[in-house]
Amino acid sequence: MDFWNFIISHLDEIRDQTVEHLILTIASMVLATSIGISIGILLTRFEKLSNPVLAVVGIIQTIPSLALLGFLLPIFGIGVTPAIIALFLYGLLPIVRNTYTGITEVDPSVKDASVGMGMTNSQLLRYVELPLAFPVILAGIRTATVINVGIATLCALIAAGGLGEFIFRGISLNNQHMILAGAIPASILAILLDTTIGFIQKKPASKRTWVIIGVASLLIVSGFFATGSRSESRLIAGFNYEFIEREDGFTGLDALYNLPMEIKEMEISLMYQALYNGDVDVIDGFSTDGRIKEFNLKSLVDDKNYFPPYYAAPVVNGNTLEKYPEITEALSLIANQLDDEKMAELNYLVDGQKQELAEVANTFLKELNIYTSTDAGNSDEPDIIIGSKAFTENFLLAHLFAQLIENKTSLKTKLQLGFGGTKLIFDAIRTGEIDIYPEYTGTGYLVLLQKSSKDVSDFTDPDVIYNDVKKEFIERHNLHWLEPLGFNNTFALMMRTKHADSLQITTVSGLSDYLNGK
Amino acid sequence: MEELDGGTISIDGSDIHQQSKESLRRSIGYVIQDTGLLPHLTIKQNIELVGKISQQEISQEKVYELLSLIGLTDDVLNKRVSELSGGQQQRIGLARALATDPEIILMDEPFSALDNITRNQLQDDFLNLRHLDDKTILLVTHDVQEAFKLGDKIVLMEEGQIQQYGTPIELLNNPANEKVDRFLKKDKFILGLQTSSHEGGSLFDFLNKNEISSEEKQLAMDKFFKSLS
Repeated sequence: MDFWNFIISHLDEIRDQTVEHLILTIASMVLATSIGISIGILLTRFEKLSNPVLAVVGIIQTIPSLALLGFLLPIFGIGVTPAIIALFLYGLLPIVRNTYTGITEVDPSVKDASVGMGMTNSQLLRYVELPLAFPVILAGIRTATVINVGIATLCALIAAGGLGEFIFRGISLNNQHMILAGAIPASILAILLDTTIGFIQKKPASKRTWVIIGVASLLIVSGFFATGSRSESRLIAGFNYEFIEREDGFTGLDALYNLPMEIKEMEISLMYQALYNGDVDVIDGFSTDGRIKEFNLKSLVDDKNYFPPYYAAPVVNGNTLEKYPEITEALSLIANQLDDEKMAELNYLVDGQKQELAEVANTFLKELNIYTSTDAGNSDEPDIIIGSKAFTENFLLAHLFAQLIENKTSLKTKLQLGFGGTKLIFDAIRTGEIDIYPEYTGTGYLVLLQKSSKDVSDFTDPDVIYNDVKKEFIERHNLHWLEPLGFNNTFALMMRTKHADSLQITTVSGLSDYLNGK
Repeated sequence: MEELDGGTISIDGSDIHQQSKESLRRSIGYVIQDTGLLPHLTIKQNIELVGKISQQEISQEKVYELLSLIGLTDDVLNKRVSELSGGQQQRIGLARALATDPEIILMDEPFSALDNITRNQLQDDFLNLRHLDDKTILLVTHDVQEAFKLGDKIVLMEEGQIQQYGTPIELLNNPANEKVDRFLKKDKFILGLQTSSHEGGSLFDFLNKNEISSEEKQLAMDKFFKSLS
């Protein structure tokens, strides 16, 4: 029943995402069909090209979809354009191959007779080859369409929208209802498109039907681009999935400050680049991120104290700690050793200078006169499994933990990095799948304990929040917060410094005033 | 389609290379062994297609006329090729070749894929088509009996060389060389029956006539055997 409530309360969003999804699929398929059939026909006329071209198109198909999206980022940026291009490339192979095979497999005696009757090359194509290859070509389009409905969910990663938004948000929050709210409409969409094309395949449509289908698809696509460019808000925000649904995320922030913005959802790692490129104007950054300096970004002051302090500390499973109490001492060596500036610097070494995570951790420990091996965290029979969420700072902290523990104790560790969301990694440590991971006090307080700003005496005091979280985690979940590392990695809305300065925005309230036209 | 690798081909005195391949092909009716009918079209559309290619309308009446010519009824018009028997398909193939009234018709083993009974039936109907009398028909066949039955003139070829060009009787009675003689030998009896004239018809027809007495038939046979040896 919860699921139905969820569906009903998110109906508008499901509708919008389904439409976006459909448009991504149709736009890419219109492109793939027209270009794919043309290439297929060309190959039958220039036989020598067929093997190399089919090989190239085939290789494109084998590129993992996420990697292909990654390749397109530097060229086309984020959003709908690279998404449609990626889907177009994936749709190409089945259509080109089926057009080519369909035409070359037309009965030679039929072709022979037609040429003998005096058909020109184009008449042969129009009256004989294309009609006879039609079922095969359509089968190719059908395959490509179903594949693309699936791949289009990944396009949510690069802020192209679609039903993937629900799926990724659901994964990062470990919310099954939300995943289903994305997955079910996507499946239905695939089945609908599949049966529609199957119907056309069985009952060849007349010329008029084709014209109607063609015009309708074009209208959908152009309509989308028209509405896409007509943005109602003055600024575009690029937010991570988790931030949109989190208790300390955008919903509450919007309620407190009133921030009417068009929102694009995207991967954390893409947000900074997107802001820098001007694809978006505001992002939900982390105050210790190395790219703030690299990209010359400005954090807006949270003047109404919406965000609590987010001090990072190792969280350890109670059973693990009982078994290996020496962990506490090992990790205490870096307690309060990392201030905001230092953490940002380390993050920058990885993100900006492209240095290896293990190397950066190793060098930092050297400065503290702790000499460790970069090999740590690779044991096949680990005593301790160290987890992390999927962003640079968390990766780095996990490496620090691994190197320290292996250096200061006789325990073997294994790194399990890149959990897709806070709820996922929290469940993993509660069930003992991992033993340690770096968490932030604010997140623990608001997201994991689900407490609000009114539940403590002073919401802005780091020690108050830390002590509360520490106490409640042991009581409720048998999880132990060790000593904080020293830095406060708070959420912050960020803009390009030049842009913010030109609009004279320094605080979130200032942003709200600007958005509301004050 | 093969290209010429030597010599010239001319029609009515003019070299075929003076016109485009397409317009040359459109001016020639074309019937082949596998019929080459388009499986995705109805019979009617198949016949009309020849007109479409050369931008000339094939009228409704013309289609009906062609149908009755080849001995089929209207109900086949809206059927697809696969719904017709092999013999019917070959008849449609012929109708299609005739649709634009070409002067020349090219037939490439048109009857060889059919069973004996159907083949004979079609050959007889083909012979009796008065519509074809004023056309030049080039028919290629491996079947010697078919050649002698249908041809006014026969070009006998072996290994790419013309061995003899002449009427059936000339080939039988005056073989140009050993090869022709040897080639026709085993069929000589039946071919002779078909081709040697006897009182205004073929000997075969003569022997089939009931009003002729058996003595007269015996006489004719003796005379025929003498001519063979």
